[in-house]
Amino acid sequence: MRKLIKSLVVSKDLESHIDKMPKEVGSLGYDAWGFNSDINKIGIALFKQLYDHYFRVETSGLENIPKDGPCLIIANHSGQLPLDGTLIAVAMEMNAHAPRAPRAMIERFFPTIPFLGNFLNSVGAVIGDPLNCAKMLERGEAVIVFPEGVRGSGKLYSKRYQLQRFGNGFMHLAMKYNAPIIPVGVVGCEETIPAIANIKPLAKLLQVPYIPIALPFVFPAKVHLNFGKPIHFSGDSETSEQQVTSQVEQVKSTIRNLINKGLAERKRIF
Amino acid sequence: MTTKSKKELDIKKSPSIDQTKQILITGAGGALAQHVITRLKRNYRIVAVDFRRRVELGDDIPSYKVDFNKRGFEDIFRTYEFDGVLHLGRMGLHEANRTRRYNMNVLGTQKLFNLCLKYNVHQVLVLSTHHVYGADAYNPALLDETFPLKASELTQDLVDSVELENLSTIYKWKHPDLHITILRPCNIVGPGVRNTISMLLSQNYAPVLFGFSPLMQFIHVEDMAEAISVAFKENHSGIYNVAPDDWVAYQDAVLESGCNRIPVLSLPPAIPKLVSKVMKTRSFPEYLVNYFKYPVIIDGSLFRETFNWKPDRSLEEIFSFYRESK
Repeated sequence: MRKLIKSLVVSKDLESHIDKMPKEVGSLGYDAWGFNSDINKIGIALFKQLYDHYFRVETSGLENIPKDGPCLIIANHSGQLPLDGTLIAVAMEMNAHAPRAPRAMIERFFPTIPFLGNFLNSVGAVIGDPLNCAKMLERGEAVIVFPEGVRGSGKLYSKRYQLQRFGNGFMHLAMKYNAPIIPVGVVGCEETIPAIANIKPLAKLLQVPYIPIALPFVFPAKVHLNFGKPIHFSGDSETSEQQVTSQVEQVKSTIRNLINKGLAERKRIF
Repeated sequence: MTTKSKKELDIKKSPSIDQTKQILITGAGGALAQHVITRLKRNYRIVAVDFRRRVELGDDIPSYKVDFNKRGFEDIFRTYEFDGVLHLGRMGLHEANRTRRYNMNVLGTQKLFNLCLKYNVHQVLVLSTHHVYGADAYNPALLDETFPLKASELTQDLVDSVELENLSTIYKWKHPDLHITILRPCNIVGPGVRNTISMLLSQNYAPVLFGFSPLMQFIHVEDMAEAISVAFKENHSGIYNVAPDDWVAYQDAVLESGCNRIPVLSLPPAIPKLVSKVMKTRSFPEYLVNYFKYPVIIDGSLFRETFNWKPDRSLEEIFSFYRESK
């Protein structure tokens, strides 16, 4: 069945492009986090349609992503659903300079959802656990992290493009594994599902991070992804948390500039 | 030191064996232990025991049916001067209730450790399982040996497996002269293996949870036997995961093994457990339902690097055995 779907949706050009990725998998096409080369190709082929025709994504700076070795793709988070991660993933994998297998860190409740949990793992996503991130960097993967977490994705439309607090975890890992940070400013995803409120009691009851009050529709906002220059941070376990926070602020500031660049470039929302 | 009396057990020993070291292997009736015996009998004088039956292993290898908790077990230590013990025997979940398993697997192992101390045994290898980590939705991949053992929190049926590990660790640190090595292998499969996953892959129909196909690791029984042999010979005391650097989703493994999938409703979580209870099949036990839902992927790199070991058999070879045996 999988082979049949693949033959129907994945073109030869797309397959040969994705095969250029420096991605090691086991004898049956899986890696340790559930990435599967065939399902990944199917997923990219399907999402590429949305990427090209629905969100009409424009990118800049893709050449800043290293062609191999560990790196952290750090972006602002928005839009209630993880569309930003999906679009960054498609951009990375379709990167004409050097395609990379995107490893997006996702919320911990996804594995509990039938089909979706396995599918997300198969296309490259993994639960946002520091051990996962560390081991992936150790194995030379390109990891997408949204340091705002649900604070960013679940924020209301009134707070659009206002960066929320960044966690420091990614910086510790960047220093430990000597992984360059590629900052990304995402513009457009804030407008895909504008939320006016969050039903916190219901979210608590359902044990999900948030339940937004929004139209049950994903708007076709035009999306801009601006990838910044790699930033290298040196440090070790002796680096103070204050110093780490200051470095995180540096990344946050760079992302803010990239967002402003995207907003300035944007001619219209849709 | 206790005087050893060979008369007590009327041991048959072959004069052709001239190896210097004597070892005890528990669980001798299992396919894994027999592969280990085949590998080690060239270098060691082996005594084999099993709690289920007396296993016929030829004239060169004395073999006994013993209950670790019975006094007669000590007679074996009185009779032979063991240099090492490979503790591979375990009472399975399908074999007894929780209390009996605890008595055999935990208290029996404690008895074994105490006898090892009393009779000056200097090396013990304990076979554990990756199940001790517990199948949880929040598990990261590539769990290393320091990851908490959460199985007993998730199911009461695995308390004995976790307690056996805890006990082994306590003895390891309290009695460093015992040189205890604990191995936590991934799913051991292959000819003759009669554990849950092997039984399941042997069937024509295999239950799968609707919407879930956790990643799994498999090791061929002969590769595992080789891993145990190498670990015992080289004796680098420690705790090690044993797994190849290769993975496959459970439903793919089922298909590769030539099984037809039977989807079982996965939500709410009580449903698959109820189905397991109703089916009463050994290959889909209630305590392993979560292992058919969430992955437990272990990092076997420490073992591979410490012992310079790697498995010889691929996943394809493993699954082709099940496919062809149907």
